[in-house]
Amino acid sequence: MKSRVLSFVEDLRRGAADQYKYVEKALEEAAKKDPKFNIFITLKGEIPENLALSGKLAGVPVAIKDNIVTKDLRTTCASKILENFVPKYSATVVKIIEKEGAVIIGKTNMDEFAMGALGTTSAFGPTLNPLDVKLSPGGSSSGSAAAVSSGIVDIALGSDTGGSVRLPAAWTGVFGLKPTYGAVSRFGLISYADSMDQIGPIASTASDLAYLYSIISSFDPLDPTSSGNPWGNKIERIAREEPDYDILRSIKLKVPKELVEHPQADDSIVKEFSRALSKLESEGAEISEISEPSLLKVPQVYYIIAFSEASSNLARFDGVRYGSRVIMPEEVDWDTYYMENRALFGWEVKRRIMLGAFILSKGYYEMYYSMALKARGMIKSKVEQMLSGGGIILTPGSPIPPLPIDYDATDLSRLNAVDAPLMLANLTGLPAITIPVGKRGSIPISIQLIGSPWSEDILLSIAKVTEEIFG
Amino acid sequence: MSSDTDVKIGLEIHVQLTSLKTKLFCSCSSDYRDKPPNTNVCPVCLGLPGSLPVVNQKAIEKALRVAIALNMKIAEKISWARKHYFYPDLPKNYQITQYEGKGVTSIAKEGYLEYHVNGNVKTARIRRINLEEDPGKIVYHTGSMLTSKYSLIDYNRSGIALLEIVTEPDFSSPREVLAFLHELRTLLEYLDIADFKLEGSMRVDVNISLAGGSRVEVKNVGSLSDIEAAIIYEVTRQRSLAEKGVKVEMETRHWDQERKVTVGTRTKESEEDYRYFPDPNLPPVYISPNMLEDLSNTMPELPQTVRKKLVQVYGVSEYLSSVLVSEKKLAEYFEEVMKRTNIDGDRAASIIVNDLVGWVGEERMNQINKIVPASELAELLELLKRGTITIKIVKEAIPELVSGKRTRELLASKGWIGKVSGHELAEIVDTVLKENANAVTDALNNPKAIQHLVGKVMEATNKRADPKEAFELISKKLEEFKAKVRLQEDR
Repeated sequence: MKSRVLSFVEDLRRGAADQYKYVEKALEEAAKKDPKFNIFITLKGEIPENLALSGKLAGVPVAIKDNIVTKDLRTTCASKILENFVPKYSATVVKIIEKEGAVIIGKTNMDEFAMGALGTTSAFGPTLNPLDVKLSPGGSSSGSAAAVSSGIVDIALGSDTGGSVRLPAAWTGVFGLKPTYGAVSRFGLISYADSMDQIGPIASTASDLAYLYSIISSFDPLDPTSSGNPWGNKIERIAREEPDYDILRSIKLKVPKELVEHPQADDSIVKEFSRALSKLESEGAEISEISEPSLLKVPQVYYIIAFSEASSNLARFDGVRYGSRVIMPEEVDWDTYYMENRALFGWEVKRRIMLGAFILSKGYYEMYYSMALKARGMIKSKVEQMLSGGGIILTPGSPIPPLPIDYDATDLSRLNAVDAPLMLANLTGLPAITIPVGKRGSIPISIQLIGSPWSEDILLSIAKVTEEIFG
Repeated sequence: MSSDTDVKIGLEIHVQLTSLKTKLFCSCSSDYRDKPPNTNVCPVCLGLPGSLPVVNQKAIEKALRVAIALNMKIAEKISWARKHYFYPDLPKNYQITQYEGKGVTSIAKEGYLEYHVNGNVKTARIRRINLEEDPGKIVYHTGSMLTSKYSLIDYNRSGIALLEIVTEPDFSSPREVLAFLHELRTLLEYLDIADFKLEGSMRVDVNISLAGGSRVEVKNVGSLSDIEAAIIYEVTRQRSLAEKGVKVEMETRHWDQERKVTVGTRTKESEEDYRYFPDPNLPPVYISPNMLEDLSNTMPELPQTVRKKLVQVYGVSEYLSSVLVSEKKLAEYFEEVMKRTNIDGDRAASIIVNDLVGWVGEERMNQINKIVPASELAELLELLKRGTITIKIVKEAIPELVSGKRTRELLASKGWIGKVSGHELAEIVDTVLKENANAVTDALNNPKAIQHLVGKVMEATNKRADPKEAFELISKKLEEFKAKVRLQEDR
């Protein structure tokens, strides 16, 4: 499908479009749909004046996850503790898209500090799935995916530490990309787990996904782990050009059976997944099944590392310099002041901070954290072997259907099947994409591809072809 | 207090890299002093959500130079750890530092530095050096934590690069500690690490233990005189505890600068758990052999080298040489002067150390070459060497040069040029003796009164006479008078 964003920007350049039209329509849609689905934490009410006429995103409305800082626009991480936090600076990605003329129409709802898979840990209430309000849209980038899925915007930014772009994309039937670690600047992304956090695009078409990605992937001297863009303008060409069917014949898709035949996987979803595989095969793709039992350990390793980093990253939220305060420092000693203010975190965030602090403490560090780092290295080398010689890992985008919005999130059992395939990409730093391949009733079906480092060009090319095949 | 064999002292020295332009992890200025509170800050050093640290490569280079100068084993990669503790002056509630263990290492370890005490050479072992970020500063409006209802925090200092230098417990007296710290400071000045005239640029944690007792750490002592006082206080305290049979517990104490005592804190060090772990934001920096070789080849002259050079090349005495070298600017100034004059090095050093330094003042030593350009002093000394002017005039001229006068104009305007001696001086002496008959009578009875006549001669020659020569001429004349008187009496 042709990129809607590109069509608009080209029309605008030719003088065939009104620069306010796209944003106007987005705000109208938002006004209608936000009350229904609770998509935005902060929604801009008015269209800014003097919209740009040129720029790669001139006049294009974009929704931004509320853990990416925006100068003078409230950024809450969906937490009480940052309820009134108005940043004094903008994230690098925000600067990039605004320089290209994009209009940020609002900050989207999410799991608190990006910790959650259902969007239900937000202090501002859960986002509902635009495909069926009884279902969760997936998390943690719930609002960004819902904003695209409900047709408010064509492109949005999310963040992905353990599947947070890809799961809501899969559950709301849109495209989501988790870039190679270091491809998109993290400067201005409020850290959850630094070694795995990546900002990623969410879009209504594969071309829009590629187009937004071509703009946001670049080297940033302010991010010490930034590597930048090795593709030149190749990604943008993929966004502009017709799908290239040859790509399917140049790759070897490998399906780890442990991730499909998971005890918690849903039979009907797995059946749909198999049907999608057959279709890809009939279009010339080479697909083989592999077995790697260690992949089932991915969530455990992931959680140890993510919680440890989170406990450290979230230590700064204490109400001293910014954010909300429960009591004033004059009233109590510093320890009490600190503890009272940090009571503003929700239960899932507290749980992760406490577990992380425990893991890093004396005596347990070697038992858990050191072991997890070792396991991470082992998994990485196993995956490298799988990907050698043009290999690409193929899994369901989600092996279960979207869970009900009132699902008891303390029951982690059903989420285990979701976690392993998604977290694998974060643990290894590899790029991964979720691609919608149809629906079963209101339930979206999707596949996930994980490629070698810096193989986004291949993943996005496959996404374009897949979109046509299943469109 | 002399060296007590049962006393062990180790130091943790924190030195701000004041010579860096920017902070350790952001581009804020490292010159934070005298700025309005919280104006020298950015999202990174305020630890604002979303900000990320980027390592200042110059800081690493400077730390490596110190490691080379301290003869240390340098790590192959520099990695960073987070040290967690909650305190309002620490914006992220963790400090980015280094750590020995958990996959992280210090920049360098196992070095040494030689220093002198009473003419004896001693060696202090250096355990390790680290780079880390300085926290902000808590300001109490009444000046005291106890009486202030609230505290204010100034983050201007937050993120300043600190070099932590940890020694082995190789000292047994305050005298050794001070001698070592002097030597270390001089070394760091030569390496262009820090300017120690800036307040707070060096803070020291002193670890003190007596045989049989546990180690007590006195935190954050700011000046050399306080370090001395803290050690004396703490050794006395521990000794009297031991005499009473009370066991000294391992603890951290604070130095109360006002009351000059150490004060216990409630926290026992063994209970603290900083939950160190490698900072996931900062990839390790690999130190290549090439880089180390480049640094070694471009090391500035170190104090020992300069000291030796001053003695061997310029003939300066050991003592004056150490005085000159103890201030990098002074040693450089001396060499600048010596390039322009043929005067004897020891004589020049003596005039600089004994006269010029006093007039310039310690606090302005860094600008000595601006206050009295080396060329001006060299000209003065060269005239002295040629005998054109006298030492008396040199001593009179130095304060004038310090106040901004130039040598040529000064000497001309004062009529100081041209030495009066020999026959010319003898005539003046004759005149002075004739005009001061009473003083001559005094001098004939009391040799000390000759100085008065010397003064008169100096006045008459506009200080262009050599006082020694004048003294000799007057003495000779007086002897002649005495001889005449004796002759008359004999008759």
